[in-house]
Amino acid sequence: MSLQREIGTFVSAVLNYFDTAVQQAAVVGTPYLALGKPPDIFDYTGMIRISGKKKGVVYFTAPKGMLSVMLMRMQETDMSDANLRDLVGEVANTLSGNARKDFGRNFIISTPSVVTGTSTTIGHSPDTRPIVVPIDWRTYHANLVVCLN
Amino acid sequence: MNATRAHRLMIVDDSNVMRRKIERSQDIPNVEIVGTAGNGHEALALHAEARPTLVTMDLTMPEMDGIECVEQLVGRDPDIRILVISALADKATAIEALEKGASGFLCKPFTERQLNDALVKLIES
Repeated sequence: MSLQREIGTFVSAVLNYFDTAVQQAAVVGTPYLALGKPPDIFDYTGMIRISGKKKGVVYFTAPKGMLSVMLMRMQETDMSDANLRDLVGEVANTLSGNARKDFGRNFIISTPSVVTGTSTTIGHSPDTRPIVVPIDWRTYHANLVVCLN
Repeated sequence: MNATRAHRLMIVDDSNVMRRKIERSQDIPNVEIVGTAGNGHEALALHAEARPTLVTMDLTMPEMDGIECVEQLVGRDPDIRILVISALADKATAIEALEKGASGFLCKPFTERQLNDALVKLIES
């Protein structure tokens, strides 16, 4: 499977989440390689780890404001930390689901995990180069990061 | 039992956001939500108390996952109807859930309409 198609799987998962659950489309920016410095991490990050035929990590990282407005769009009134974590975890869940569907059993995909804080360090394998896919929604900016060998 | 509330729904999902979304979204007049659970163990305990006739079941959960919980619920009550709601959209996962006794499968994310259509199908199944 080509890298482009692999990235497409994860981009589709995120866009589908906005279209279906949030009911308002997000826009994908131009992907770029994060060379020299690690990708920007926002307040909440949902990630999956991949092993098997490919190894690495894929994560969606978003600011609190963006996730709060997403919850509002979903008629949720409780913007607690727990619910913001839940939401970013659900986005990561869809990354996992799409990967399972498109990549099959050659890829072993972890259950999603969530980390918080902008100073979080996400461990990237030294033989990988993170590809950052900007995700813009309303006035907010998030990143989808695909880092596979 | 109230004749207009013939179906008793239990919602099982480890995400509070998802449980509340399902609670808010379901608008079938004769369905009463009898409780929510955050994992398979809680669901089994709640089942003993609340006796649901319908269940929405997430798959990826801590403690006890959805597949095992489906199997145990169907073992207790062969007539229970379970709608698996999961982001794991691959065919193998759906088939496994159906083989364990689930009656339907809905992929996350979903719209209100998709949820209600799936619940109606579940009731009519």
